[in-house]
Amino acid sequence: MIELKVNGRTHSVAADPDTPLLYVLRGELQLNAAKYGCGLGQCGACTVTVDGEAVFSCVTPILLLEGKEVTTLEGLGTAEAPGPMQRAFIEEQAAQCGYCIAGMMMRAQALLQKTPGASDAEIRRELEPHLCRCGTHMRILRAVRRAATAMQSAAAGETGR
Amino acid sequence: MNASRIVLGLGLLVAAGVAGFVALAWQPAIPAIEPPAAASFDPALIRKGADLAALGDCDTCHTAPDGKPFAGGLPLPTPFGTIYTTNITPEPKTGIGQWSEVAFRRAMRQGVDREGHHLYPAFPYDHFTLVTDEDDKALYAFLMTRQPVLSQEPPNRLPFPLNFRPLLAGWNLLFLRHGPFESDPARDAAWNRGAYLVEGLGHCGACHTPRNALGAERTGQRFAGGEAEGWTAYPLDASSPAPVPWTEESLHHYLGTGWHGMHGTARGPMTPVAGNLATLPDADLRAIAAYVASVMGIPDADARKRGEVLTAKATAAGPGARPQSAGSQTVATGTSAPAPDLGAAIYAATCASCHDSGRPAPFGGIDLVLSSAISGASPANAIRIIRGGVPAVNGTRNPIMPGFGAALSDPQLAALVTYLRGRFSSQPAWADVASAVRSAREGEVAAATPSSTPATPGGPGASP
Amino acid sequence: MSPSLSRRAVLQGAGGLVVSFALSPAGFAQQAAETPQHDGAKLPGSLAESPFLESWIKVGADGAVTAFTGKAELGQGIATALCQIAAEELGLPFAAVAIVTADTGLTPNEGYTAGSHSMQDSGTAIRNAAAQLREILVGEAARRLGVPADGLWVEAGAVAGPDGARLSYGDLAGGLSLHVQAQPTSRLTDPGRFRVMNRPVPRIDIPAKVTGGAAYVQDMRLPGMLHARIVRPPSYGARLTALDSSAVEAMAGVVKVVRDGDFLAVLAEQEFQAVKAMRVLAMAAAWQEDAKLPDPARMSETLLALPAQDFTILDRHEGGAATGTTVAATYSRPYLSHGSIGPSCAVALDQDGAMTVWTHTQGVYPDRKAIAEMLGRPLERVRCIHTPGSGCYGHNGADDAAADAALLAAALPGRPVRVQWMREQEHAWEPYGPAMVTKARATLDATGRITDWDYGVWSNTHSMRPGPAGSLLAAQHMARAFAPPEPKPLPQPEGGGDRNGIPLYAFPNARVVHHFLPDMPLRISALRSLGAQMNVFSIESFMDELALAADADPVEFRLKHLQDPRAQDTIIAAAQAFGWERGSPVEPDRGRGFAFARYKNLAAYCAVAVEVAVTRETGEVRIPRVVAAVDTGQVVNPDGVRNQIEGAILQSMSWCLYESVGFDAGRITSVDWSTYPILRFSAVPDSVEVRIIDRPGLPFLGCGETGQGPTGAAIANAIADATGQRLRDLPMTAAKVKAAIGV
Repeated sequence: MIELKVNGRTHSVAADPDTPLLYVLRGELQLNAAKYGCGLGQCGACTVTVDGEAVFSCVTPILLLEGKEVTTLEGLGTAEAPGPMQRAFIEEQAAQCGYCIAGMMMRAQALLQKTPGASDAEIRRELEPHLCRCGTHMRILRAVRRAATAMQSAAAGETGR
Repeated sequence: MNASRIVLGLGLLVAAGVAGFVALAWQPAIPAIEPPAAASFDPALIRKGADLAALGDCDTCHTAPDGKPFAGGLPLPTPFGTIYTTNITPEPKTGIGQWSEVAFRRAMRQGVDREGHHLYPAFPYDHFTLVTDEDDKALYAFLMTRQPVLSQEPPNRLPFPLNFRPLLAGWNLLFLRHGPFESDPARDAAWNRGAYLVEGLGHCGACHTPRNALGAERTGQRFAGGEAEGWTAYPLDASSPAPVPWTEESLHHYLGTGWHGMHGTARGPMTPVAGNLATLPDADLRAIAAYVASVMGIPDADARKRGEVLTAKATAAGPGARPQSAGSQTVATGTSAPAPDLGAAIYAATCASCHDSGRPAPFGGIDLVLSSAISGASPANAIRIIRGGVPAVNGTRNPIMPGFGAALSDPQLAALVTYLRGRFSSQPAWADVASAVRSAREGEVAAATPSSTPATPGGPGASP
Repeated sequence: MSPSLSRRAVLQGAGGLVVSFALSPAGFAQQAAETPQHDGAKLPGSLAESPFLESWIKVGADGAVTAFTGKAELGQGIATALCQIAAEELGLPFAAVAIVTADTGLTPNEGYTAGSHSMQDSGTAIRNAAAQLREILVGEAARRLGVPADGLWVEAGAVAGPDGARLSYGDLAGGLSLHVQAQPTSRLTDPGRFRVMNRPVPRIDIPAKVTGGAAYVQDMRLPGMLHARIVRPPSYGARLTALDSSAVEAMAGVVKVVRDGDFLAVLAEQEFQAVKAMRVLAMAAAWQEDAKLPDPARMSETLLALPAQDFTILDRHEGGAATGTTVAATYSRPYLSHGSIGPSCAVALDQDGAMTVWTHTQGVYPDRKAIAEMLGRPLERVRCIHTPGSGCYGHNGADDAAADAALLAAALPGRPVRVQWMREQEHAWEPYGPAMVTKARATLDATGRITDWDYGVWSNTHSMRPGPAGSLLAAQHMARAFAPPEPKPLPQPEGGGDRNGIPLYAFPNARVVHHFLPDMPLRISALRSLGAQMNVFSIESFMDELALAADADPVEFRLKHLQDPRAQDTIIAAAQAFGWERGSPVEPDRGRGFAFARYKNLAAYCAVAVEVAVTRETGEVRIPRVVAAVDTGQVVNPDGVRNQIEGAILQSMSWCLYESVGFDAGRITSVDWSTYPILRFSAVPDSVEVRIIDRPGLPFLGCGETGQGPTGAAIANAIADATGQRLRDLPMTAAKVKAAIGV
């Protein structure tokens, strides 16, 4: 049994240690957001964060993850109480089929947590590993920009600046 | 002799030295000209110049990330500080638009710019000095017909006194052997052609030869291996670490395509070089391959035998050979049972699915038993590739490898790298893998500053 | 028959619960058999095929309103848009309407969600059905209240009248039957009074998609569900000659290896166990390969040499003999992949002889028919329920995955089976958009007007959708194999390879020939916009070549040859929004390009203007700015329209700059994103602006595919403007641009 910490909760998972995180998330843990797009680390649809860094869950076996904090899109908020990144994507209607979006949001989240003042150029570069076939790129960029602004003002509000 | 005469004598000596130095260091300005009209150059000459510029990789250094081609501004990290490449578009104010052909040739031959200032040997004029007048003429025609771009590069960041350019005259005195290239009569035309291309514009030694404390190539250790931006540039002499020895044939293929099935794909700073080399006329590629093969020499019998065994064994056809059946990955045997050590477990679960799958080069993961990165003297390249992967190139068929820098902690990466060395190489274990892992991570953090190169997919590591 | 039922009809027993038509598929078969009772006038939209109001709208006793559509939510936002329509006509708040999509057990049969037909067919049907239902409810209220109907109105789910009179829909519906045929015309809400339509209502499916809700067929988890992986042949037509599956059967979690002829699959308890088992099974299989694929470098020559059936789809002679300058050009495009981000997936359950398949097929009814035929089951014992997948952009692997799941479920009755294709399998086995060649020739008179136009297009069919069982891979590979059906051209005015082959421009003499090629070297079918992408690319590139010969501004040149005012308006809107001015100074290596088309000459109008920046040294083309104008008739959800046009522009940009299916002498070689690269963020424009032309009250025009063609041509025209080089062979890669530019 491997202990995995996902979205703040610890789970004892029965999957073999060589199982990619993606299958554990979607199977045993029944989390939907991270998706199978290629299984090769080429498209980004499976992206989650591990200790705040974006990783492709389709090529990350769970044996690497003991003691690390995994966050999936579900950890950013719910439909009833969406987090700033999720709110931004809803407000910008930044999805067509939506299949690539969870991965985009997690990479953007990791970027903004490290670099709250990320420029548009940095956001674009950071999303380079991610594919969107529907052509929703413009809205995705706008949504990340919107989330960055919201997160920065929330942080400013908290520190009373 | 009284004291005042001694002082006078010393003073004259020093003055003579200074005068001599000044005489050495001082170079006249060559008068500025009106930028020549593009139409004044013969198209065939421009075409020839384009090939020469590709061989010289002018665009690779003289183009900033997201910048216009040849407009300079790329920061080059050196042990002495950061030097910014110059604008070599034919723009009159910030580029070389006012340079005559004579001025251009002086820069190539002696490392001095139009106004008489010494250039830093980060610009490899110690190699370009070998370029013939004819080839300089063609290069000049090519550069003067590029798109002019108004762009001033940032000032170099060099500490005093290194920012005092006349000192470079001393460096040249010690290390610059003026060209142009002279053929070796004992060798045939093809060899000489290869030598000219490699030693001159190719400037392969600039990366592939170790340097001394003053930053000059060690002429006694030509092609014994060097470094570029933290990556190892493998030795091209008899100490080449390639498990399957390079041949003229395999070198020719590699130079023309950027990959070879028994060696892997050009990575790191070699990537843009390989891209440029692939555009060269085939005859030149053959000449370069012949010359480099001669530098490498004939491998000894053991090495040859090992190479044959590996070639026969490598990349047995797995599901990767028929990806439309079942995906391009494989199942490592025994992955469900606990592995003997952490590194083995990580390899089996993370890497083997691609690197053992039998998917053919260049898109398949190379069988690591063929990898120079694993068999080389330093773990630097292996660590960088594992951390950063092989990024996709927009719009072009190109191998893609995900980076594992974010998924692997430093101890996990060290365990993996140690295991790979032990399993896939017949070389002795690397010393101090842990510190190599650490310095790779630190190098990435330094490189990922807003003004310079883009973030790698792996990203700088989280705090320990 | 008038919309409101007489009391007598109600008392005769048509009453009971409204609209609770039989849930069994037999209900629809029944309906189809009843004769239409209107006077032979065609019913609007899909009402023509499903004339009963109850097929489209249901009102529960509690007043809950549900709309039903035979169309599927593909990510284009139609579930939301159709709810808007129903809510508008029923005077309900948007949130009060639920929708059921594409289910052979529940919804009308609207064929495929394709061809940009959803708004035109389903939207029109639902709008009219809702409007007519409203009138029925008002009429019933009038009857009960004993007041004239024109004194009543609808609000917030009730019919209201003066002095506080109010009867809820639920209450009213309890006494009514909606087994009533629709009328040819309806009293539709005036666009000036829209509350819900023509509003950017947020999509109902996005919240779940951004918070990890179960939103896709890939997210389904049924009790006892098994995970399956297919081992497909290594190339077209390969035969499975040897198999030793004993090692696979012994692997952890493996429940069964299924072999049926050349169809091979493995089922396991957990998903990764299935993946591992699949890889081992692939190594345990030996195949006899036969396929001989053409040389991709000589695809045009190959196509032109294939046997062709010629269809002259336009033959107009209204002018004198051709004089003046003649221009001719040949254009080509390679095979293009749908490239769905999520490889195809389906879940199937065979329970007590009833087969249910959850699938993201675009056509639940046709796929169900094909699956029933494949399994030899009666149609009514198979049910296909559309469950969203990732964007499909046409006929991708979805129908085949559904068939795979059904075949495997039939091998293990009582256990749900989930089939997930691998990335490589989706890339290698999906049916591609066909490679095409076009030839154009035209003559300009002395005034710079086109007098003669001759155009030919060489193409395979653009649809091999089920259809018959033989369209399905599983059916082709199983032992009792079904032969693939004979390809047929889709007739005009829709067309397949010849879609948009007839230019909208008014040329006095014009001939267009569709050279239909039945031989299909690679597996092909419908890709978004079908032949329109290539025909518009060709025609609009050629118009620029002619404009150049006539020394005319490309925008003015097009306007000069158009008589359709809506087309002219669309062009002018795009040009103005872009700031298109003749002879405006452009920086070196920058260019502008323009293109226009009306999709199918029937659907939405779209004009696209682009600005490109070419890096001379590498041939790389960047597109900093795109401006598009679209006329899509009455708009339902403007944000949905924008999303679709933006998406079409970026997708078409990717097709035209980078994409081509790769293959060698025997196999497909473009099997993943490294070998089939598509647009990444570094090449995305700085700005994409879409102007929607407001056309209140005009019929809906489908806009989902209208941007594909003009985008490619606008880019080619801009590259020509920037470099002086005309590229005619897609894709316009950096290597090709560089080769054209030279040093």
